[in-house]
Amino acid sequence: MAVAAVSKYEFAAADSQDKFHGAQLLFIGWEDHLLFCAPFAFPFPPAMRFGDVVAGPMQAAFGYHPDFAQIDWAKVEWLKSGKPFAPDFDKSLAENGLRHKDVIRFRTPGLNGIKGSCS
Amino acid sequence: MDMQVAKKKLGLKERYAVMTRGLDWTPSYQKMEDIYPYMAYEGIKIHDWDKWEDPFRLTMDSYWKYQAEKERKLYAIIDAFAQNNGHLNVTDARYINTLKLFISGISPLEYVAHRGFAHAGRAFPGAGPRVACLMQSLDEIRHAQTQVHAISNYNKYYNGMHDFHHMHDRVWFLSVPKSFFDDAITAGPFEFMVSIGFSFEYVLTNLLFVPFVSGAAYNGDMGTMTFGFSAQSDEARHMTLGLEVIKFILEQDPANVPIVQRWIDKWTWRGYRVLTLVAMMMDYMLPKRTMSWKEAWEVYFEENGGALFKDLARYGITMPKCAEQIALEKDHLSHQAWSTFYNYAAAANFHTWMPDEDEMTWLSSKYPESFDKLYRPRYEFWREQAAKGNRFYSKTLPMLCQTCQIPMVFTEPGEPTKICYREVDYKGDKYHFCSDPCKQIFEHEPEKYIQAWLPVQQIYQGNCFPEGTDPTVEGFDALAAVLKYYNLENGRDNLDFDISEDKKNFAEWRGQATKNI
Repeated sequence: MAVAAVSKYEFAAADSQDKFHGAQLLFIGWEDHLLFCAPFAFPFPPAMRFGDVVAGPMQAAFGYHPDFAQIDWAKVEWLKSGKPFAPDFDKSLAENGLRHKDVIRFRTPGLNGIKGSCS
Repeated sequence: MDMQVAKKKLGLKERYAVMTRGLDWTPSYQKMEDIYPYMAYEGIKIHDWDKWEDPFRLTMDSYWKYQAEKERKLYAIIDAFAQNNGHLNVTDARYINTLKLFISGISPLEYVAHRGFAHAGRAFPGAGPRVACLMQSLDEIRHAQTQVHAISNYNKYYNGMHDFHHMHDRVWFLSVPKSFFDDAITAGPFEFMVSIGFSFEYVLTNLLFVPFVSGAAYNGDMGTMTFGFSAQSDEARHMTLGLEVIKFILEQDPANVPIVQRWIDKWTWRGYRVLTLVAMMMDYMLPKRTMSWKEAWEVYFEENGGALFKDLARYGITMPKCAEQIALEKDHLSHQAWSTFYNYAAAANFHTWMPDEDEMTWLSSKYPESFDKLYRPRYEFWREQAAKGNRFYSKTLPMLCQTCQIPMVFTEPGEPTKICYREVDYKGDKYHFCSDPCKQIFEHEPEKYIQAWLPVQQIYQGNCFPEGTDPTVEGFDALAAVLKYYNLENGRDNLDFDISEDKKNFAEWRGQATKNI
């Protein structure tokens, strides 16, 4: 459907990639850990190594949770747009096929929040 | 000889006719569609504006007389409140945070409603709806003013309210109420009337206005309570107007029914998402609770709204589909919202805190299905950490819903441990949503919602720092720069209630008022 309008109605998106000074947005959510109320939004250069995202910004954002230190990253299950995803930690975000405003989630089997409450 | 003949006074009905419809005229040298250019494009067909039944036989002259009298009384009480340090009579200083939420989140909407009704009134060729819109437009600007005046007494003593209009246009969570109203006033006049006049004022107002006003009454805030009572007669008029609008549009042409149904579906959901703020206010921010959010939803929407939609069934209008999803969310909404503000307490203009033991007991009794299982463990963990000096403040920005602009905190319907993710590809870009209704609203008018000013995206583009800020310098503190842009002082206006100046001052001042120290 289109907007009902009195004349031509065409405007640019307010968050297209060209507006982020070389960065692209990546959204990352941790399943079963709702102590973090929502997935996080990060601006990263597309050439950033996936492993560096995990070790740096993800550690900073999720590290408060006691489960984070116990994660065995080899066992983590990843989803991209809800579908299984196998990121290569040594490759860049772009090489892993991650584009502007993609959303990825990770599940940590055996770790499901404070007292198993998914918090 | 001249005879003195007593002038016959007009009866109420004649007087009304002369003062409203009698002021209208039919243009002779301009075309109707040039004078009223917004009447056709939304697809609503009106055949006879005279079929409009005026819900209130109120004329402008009596409007002024009546409102002036009401406001004289209101301001007398507000003055007495100020002179007697009424602010020290509230239950405890946490209550004042509801006023911060109200003045920065709701009062600016009253002002936008004033503009919206003025615009809609101008757009309608019918004299009846035009006069009704004019009066509501005036009500709304009066409400904005009286709220600012009533709450300004608190601004003298407490933090976070000093620049509410500036914050309304900038602070991340205030984009939720702001974008809701911006969506409505940028729609056509008919959609505006259905969105604000009907869905918001008629269907949802009892869940917005009543909780704040009864919350004020329960918590000893005479100033805000008096404002609420003073506005009540206006609100009753607004509700009647909202219902009349719907009935009038539906009776005019059967082709209007599906358009109106879509607007009702959209705006019930949009309004409900804004009420997330009210839900957490009721369950967490009022030291003396009135009722739980869940109870309020059941009484005011499920019972009262259910009766309303039964009544509208004769026009072919059905209960909005989203009501089923809302029913599934009512055990979770306020807890998920409060957790969000606890996460982001460093970036808000009010304080948050963890409920005490008695309050946790109250929450378990009101939410036996969900609280102890899902939310109590989270809160106990946060409370323990805070006691160890490790109070949680999330420093990474959250992902937002493109439509309602709320962080993606809502869970799958019926699965309260799984965040609900929805997405759409549009013109080569991805857009994300918190729910099916928000996704459907986007899909119907993507050109509109791709323009959304999402605070997180704007911060990352560098648009939310004070002018002249260089975000590339080493050690750049983005949060500090954003707080400056919001005109919030770090450590004073934000963070936990326990360490706040508000808490300390209130205790000291109340001590002076009640003890010999």
